[in-house]
Amino acid sequence: MVRIDDVSKVYRTGGEQVRALDGVTLEVGAGEFTAVQGPSGCGKTTLLLAVGGLLEPDHGRVLVDDEDVYALPLERRAQFRALKIGFVFQQFHLVPYLSVRDNVLAPTLALPCAGVDAHARVDALLEKFKLTSRAAHTPGELSTGERQRVALARAMLHEPRVILADEPTGNLDEINAATVLGALADFAEDGGTVLLVTHDSAAASEADRIIRIDGGRLVDDRDEGSRQDGQAAG
Amino acid sequence: MSVFRLSIQEIVHRKLSFMLGLLSVMIAVGVLVGAVTMLSGHDLRTEQLVAQKEAQTREEMARMEDDYRRIMKDMGYNVLVLHGDQSLEELQRLGYPTHYMPEDYAQRLADEKVASLNHLLPLLQERVSWPEMEREVLLTGVRGQVPIYEGMKSKRPPIMDPVEDGEIKLGSDLAEELGVSEGDMVTMRGRDLLVREVYERRGTQDDVTSWVSLRQAQEWMGREGQINGILALECICSADEIGSIEEHVRAIIPDAQVYEFSSLIVARGLARQRAAEAHETAIEQEMHYRAGLREERRAFASVLVPVAAVGAGAWVMFLMLANVRERRAEIGILRAIGVSGRKIHSAFLLKAALMGIAGGVAGLIAGVIGGAWLSEVPPGAEGFATLIDVRLLVAALIGAPLLAAVASWLPARNAARQDPALVLQEE
Repeated sequence: MVRIDDVSKVYRTGGEQVRALDGVTLEVGAGEFTAVQGPSGCGKTTLLLAVGGLLEPDHGRVLVDDEDVYALPLERRAQFRALKIGFVFQQFHLVPYLSVRDNVLAPTLALPCAGVDAHARVDALLEKFKLTSRAAHTPGELSTGERQRVALARAMLHEPRVILADEPTGNLDEINAATVLGALADFAEDGGTVLLVTHDSAAASEADRIIRIDGGRLVDDRDEGSRQDGQAAG
Repeated sequence: MSVFRLSIQEIVHRKLSFMLGLLSVMIAVGVLVGAVTMLSGHDLRTEQLVAQKEAQTREEMARMEDDYRRIMKDMGYNVLVLHGDQSLEELQRLGYPTHYMPEDYAQRLADEKVASLNHLLPLLQERVSWPEMEREVLLTGVRGQVPIYEGMKSKRPPIMDPVEDGEIKLGSDLAEELGVSEGDMVTMRGRDLLVREVYERRGTQDDVTSWVSLRQAQEWMGREGQINGILALECICSADEIGSIEEHVRAIIPDAQVYEFSSLIVARGLARQRAAEAHETAIEQEMHYRAGLREERRAFASVLVPVAAVGAGAWVMFLMLANVRERRAEIGILRAIGVSGRKIHSAFLLKAALMGIAGGVAGLIAGVIGGAWLSEVPPGAEGFATLIDVRLLVAALIGAPLLAAVASWLPARNAARQDPALVLQEE
């Protein structure tokens, strides 16, 4: 589903060069819930943005659903993102003046929902994330947990193939974090691909697979078995 | 979700920013529309004032005409019918005619109904000696007005009473020199006469003239049945029509001529002319003043309008740049979820266009009212409706959103080109 092939990315600030990704090669299949861990500044978010088609690598290729993301022209790439990729961020990034319903509907600005009434789909998502009663509220009137659920609902509107989540539980209490992680796990179970960047070991433990990045390099890659072993050992 | 809905929601959320932009567009459009309306109103007001002054002039001229008729009635005669051989130079020099005509000429003129002549008064005038007073005096014999055939003439009463036999009337200076006053008895050429009236000072030859009955004068002068002039009062003509009167008179009395006896006709004509000129000058001065005022207003507007337009454009651009900065995170996430740069661009332009339309409508209303008020043709006044220019309305409604969109173009492009990865990494 997601294939990262020898991807490198260097940031140039002033005279300095920072190698955020250094020859990373990785493949994440459909239905796989993968956590990405590593110290701050190791390249986790860069990896996420590169997979999301938002940050073109200096070297290597990124394939999502067998499509070379950066071979697409900008407009097509934007459509591809709308259709195939959902984003969830630690800061939620909801549009402050739109209601919950309209925030969930926001992806239809890019593309209409294919073969389904967008409003019916929104209703279903609001129901799923227990937000029906908050549909008319704006983000400022919601709790942090509710905001993140709105962000999740928005990410899932177009039934993407991949969800990229960057510290989605970073601002949440345990209950809300469990809800979000449960939703991501459900998405993976339904055949989607989840790439979760997190510092939180508890959150990572919900994943089928954990990879570690350090200094822009992939230094560890453990599969479901390893996670379950770890849980058993813990 | 549509770009329109997104824009409306954003406008409702950030009302102040939108209102400030709207206000600047409103000012720019208001200044433009106000300037054009003010100049149109100024022209309209000028037309109204000139028409008003012209009407006043006509009214005053009519009133003046009437005044002059009344003044001339009190002061004397208009034209003098003389013998054809009378030298005008001699008349001027001596102050009285020296050629004589039969007295019945006056009646002939009256009977022939000369339309332009009124109030015919035959007279006999000479300088005669007044032995009792040891001096000469200008003596005028009058018999009063010759009745004119009433079919064509007004039926107003005669305007000059005759002097009765045994009476005399004196000019003010003459009476003073003689030391006599009304009611006194004087002796003239051996006959006692009652001083019936001493005229008030007129500042003319009349002040040194004495009047007796025509019969008495004819007797003293040895001119029985003769006169040397026929005065006509309230001649219905102007100074340049004397020739036509003479033509009419000569058709009846071939050996007569018409002399403009006093300068009153000319004075009247001149006064009318000068009054008309004064009014014309006043109108011209008013128009000149208003043309100057218009030019000042036009010059002021020609500076103010572009300044307001550029100012509004700059202000809208500034507000939109601030708006782009404020919505940086929002733009980042919208781009991330697949909204194209073109749609982001159009969202900002749509907002600017809405700002322009609302500001344009508000500016149009404010401009029309303000401009009309400044040009003294306020709403409800006569001609106000003509100040509303449909072409200007259309131009303002197209121009205002265009101005706002042009001013927002760069900020909108910046928003569209914003790198979502940078924004998301900043968080």
